[in-house]
Amino acid sequence: MIAYLIRRLLYAVPILIGVNLLTFALFFVVNTPDDMARMQLGIKRVTPEAIRQWEQQKGYDKPLFYNRAADGMGRIADTIFWQKSASMFMLDFGYSDDGRNISREITTRMWPSLAIALPTFLIGLIFYVNFALVMTLFRATLLDRVGVALCVVLMSISSLFYIIGGQFLISKLWHLVPISGYAGGLNSFRFVVLPVVIGVVSGIGSSSRWYRTIFLEEMGKDYVRTARAKGLSEPGVLFAHVLKNAMIPILTGVVVVIPLLFMGSLLTESFFGIPGLGSYTIDAINAQDFSIVRAMVFLGSLLYIAGLMLTDISYTMADPRVRLS
Amino acid sequence: MKRLAAYLTMLLLAACDGGLWNNPYPARDAGRSILYTAFTERPKHLDPAEAYSENEYAFLANIYAPPLQYHYLKRPYQLVPLAASEMPLVTYQDSQHHVLPDYAPKIAYSVYEIHIKPGMHYQPHPAFAKDEQGRPQYDHLAPAQLQGMHAPGDFLHSGTRVVTAADYAYQIRRLANPLLHAPIYGVMSEYILGFKDYAQALQDALKKNPEGHLDLAAYPLPGVEVVDDTTYRITIRGKYPQFAYWLAMPFFSPMPEEAERFYEQPGMKERNLTLDWWPVGSGPYYLSENNPNRRMVLTKNPYYDSEHYPSTGDAGDVEAGLLHDAGKMLPLTDRVVFTLEKETIPYWNKFLQGYYDASGISSDSFDQAVQVSTGGEASVSDEMRKKGITLSTSVATSTLYTGFNWLDPVVGGSSERARKLRQAISIAVDFEEFISIFANGRGVAAQSPIPPGIFGYREGKAGINPVVYDWVDGQPRRKPLSEAKRLLAEAGYPNGVDERTHQPLVINLDTTSSGAGEKSRLDWLRKQFNKINVQLVVRSTDYNRFQDKIRRGDTQMFYYGWNADYPDPENFLFLLDGAQGKVAHGGENASNYSNPEYDMLFEKMKNMENGPERLAIIDRMLEIIRNDAPWLWGYHPKNYVLQHSWLYNVKPNVMANNKLKYWRVDPKLRTRYQARWNQPVLLPLWLGGAALLAFVIWMWRALQKRDETR
Repeated sequence: MIAYLIRRLLYAVPILIGVNLLTFALFFVVNTPDDMARMQLGIKRVTPEAIRQWEQQKGYDKPLFYNRAADGMGRIADTIFWQKSASMFMLDFGYSDDGRNISREITTRMWPSLAIALPTFLIGLIFYVNFALVMTLFRATLLDRVGVALCVVLMSISSLFYIIGGQFLISKLWHLVPISGYAGGLNSFRFVVLPVVIGVVSGIGSSSRWYRTIFLEEMGKDYVRTARAKGLSEPGVLFAHVLKNAMIPILTGVVVVIPLLFMGSLLTESFFGIPGLGSYTIDAINAQDFSIVRAMVFLGSLLYIAGLMLTDISYTMADPRVRLS
Repeated sequence: MKRLAAYLTMLLLAACDGGLWNNPYPARDAGRSILYTAFTERPKHLDPAEAYSENEYAFLANIYAPPLQYHYLKRPYQLVPLAASEMPLVTYQDSQHHVLPDYAPKIAYSVYEIHIKPGMHYQPHPAFAKDEQGRPQYDHLAPAQLQGMHAPGDFLHSGTRVVTAADYAYQIRRLANPLLHAPIYGVMSEYILGFKDYAQALQDALKKNPEGHLDLAAYPLPGVEVVDDTTYRITIRGKYPQFAYWLAMPFFSPMPEEAERFYEQPGMKERNLTLDWWPVGSGPYYLSENNPNRRMVLTKNPYYDSEHYPSTGDAGDVEAGLLHDAGKMLPLTDRVVFTLEKETIPYWNKFLQGYYDASGISSDSFDQAVQVSTGGEASVSDEMRKKGITLSTSVATSTLYTGFNWLDPVVGGSSERARKLRQAISIAVDFEEFISIFANGRGVAAQSPIPPGIFGYREGKAGINPVVYDWVDGQPRRKPLSEAKRLLAEAGYPNGVDERTHQPLVINLDTTSSGAGEKSRLDWLRKQFNKINVQLVVRSTDYNRFQDKIRRGDTQMFYYGWNADYPDPENFLFLLDGAQGKVAHGGENASNYSNPEYDMLFEKMKNMENGPERLAIIDRMLEIIRNDAPWLWGYHPKNYVLQHSWLYNVKPNVMANNKLKYWRVDPKLRTRYQARWNQPVLLPLWLGGAALLAFVIWMWRALQKRDETR
């Protein structure tokens, strides 16, 4: 397995270079260094001299990919692409265009994101699986039909509606939790409750239906018939056998997103005033801050690759027959 | 499992801090003199040399103390001393630096002598901390000593010192620092004596030693002279009365050199410990918490003792209770908590729950908050009145306009044809309707670039744009469409068709507007053009391309706006000065308008003192541009602010950004109202719990029944 993981890690290097190259090209197709300077310096009373100085100071006065004026390796190294990208492979994200330390921003902002995303993920997973199991348990009954209909209804509603509706009902009418905001440490609890509840509720429809489908497929298999023949109760069959055997498809969808929980959610964080990473990339795109954009895309790719590797590893744990080689 | 239960119990206990369940603030803060407000966008810069936008000044203007400020209560806006002990003493000189009388025709230099109040102190800050030998406590720090330091408050020691005239001079030098990109460097280099050469010297020094310390004091700057500890002089070229307005901006605040040295130490920048992140000021507040992703907190500067609440104001201020705190030491609140609210819905709801002391009004909430009488007067709705909420309105010193590109062969230029075409469009586009539909009536249709409250703006018949309006029954009335059609026909486009080509007239509007919300505005604009049978094509583009088009003059019409730097007509009329042409000179005249007479009058008017002679020139300038119609004059937006009954001394002042020090809250009253409005409703929780329990029991029994039947 270690050889497999090393191989996967090595595969990650060209993927990350490719992602970086693509991000760089796409960003600079839309934004020129002049545009970036104007965005940072504002539109009032900005002189061409100020723009030139800003570009020089931030290193945006160099050619994008190839520096004809330089010698030797400098032709590659003395370019915007190299100078802004090479350090990232050492996880040194440098400074944003407005002078803030990006690594520090990320480490500060990922905790509030996690405070929302992790409980939403865990509680949601437990709830969805159990709800799907209950629907499976009562399959082809009124409860199952109502459950499926409820799932379809919940799936059809926009997540924005859940947020606004939840804030209106729980915070505005019932005054149970603050509408928005955040506090550090244990005080974060009352701020986190509502976004977590809304996050879980908004995911019930799609996730529970998906898990129900997986469980129903498993219910028709021989080992279930055998278990029943041995006299196991229906809940026993479901929770002890079906759930265990349905782990591979569940893990496929679940483990890959675990590392991405750090990245937060734009909509939730925006509406609830959570100072997480969710809006960091969008704000950076709007502010044309390439340093942040490349750092966040790089981090996202890295976490996604990590998620895929974790998924592979989790297969071996869920099913001893799986071998990574 | 036990650990998990214990952890959850701890969380619940932490959540129950004895306050209201939906209170976003800690219960221990209830009853304290804290002002709660919000910000919607994180500030980019907090260095007074770099910051220039409104959202940055919302903080900076309360942290730094420049020499002057705007009187909080008096209108029209008037400058008064802040850190200065009196208004600057201005003397005029000839080219040999001989003193001239004030009315001298040729003034080569103006010398502003500024005396600052003695004994003013900076906020507490580690940069001022001294050890037992009187040496700086935190000089030459090793990076290891910065372990765990992320804010000035993390340092064990702090200190203060007296503000000196040298600090003000130092900050002016910083405006030329090429590493700081001060936005007003360009303007100041035109005026402050020797500023350009000084900036060049700094640039040369930086080129020689890019990594080294740039010693700003090592190079001569003849335009700035420190006379003694409390006096300094600024020499500017020619006469520029507007310079005094710049002295009311944070650009001209004092900057202690040791603060720069403190932040320049290795390891500081990596921890976001920079002057651009943690300001060091001598104003009424200092930034005690800086998390622009969540909240920023201003705390009363314990050493600020040089200012009192004004004892005079405008007529009606006494009756409005605005002089109740006259003579009291400022600031009147101990802390100001700014919370980041990106979305309007939570912001509005928290205001209604009493968790923000004041709020603007978004379009979504307008009908809930405001009712407009048949006479057009706005007041709060009954729902708001019951809560004790009051409304204050003011016209912003801004103008939102639609420009014609003077360089365009169809709509631009000084030909009679193009002028009549522009005039016809000016009549057809009904901005009163626009304000009513899209701004909920929050605006004043513009008659020229000059908004109300600025010298040169005239009320009544004398102030209307006679090209677009008639004066009927004591009110301006937009000319009928027949007049627009007549002008269009005279321009060579009868019924919207080009006489020469027999093709319909098509005009392009460049805009960055996109999305569903903007579509209705653009549809409305198309409809306005259709009224005179002119086709409008909207060319939506992204912000960068739009700015690029404006710079290249590759537009026909475009949306634009201007927010005043200072309340002087020069700051609006220069937007149409030929020397400011965007394409030719890279200036602020985005429509590239050029009229020799206007330019000549502008040169004459710009440095004059307000008076009848200046007013006569402005009148003539307005007459010229109204006739030339280089803009659809658009409108001046109105600010609507709602405030709770526990907030006092709120008077709209669109020029002053340092208003917070005057505001006072009654925290006890606020706590009472908050408790009345926010009692938790527990019934849904009980019902939900009961329903869940019933479901579990039902399920349990159903399973048992199923097992029995098997």
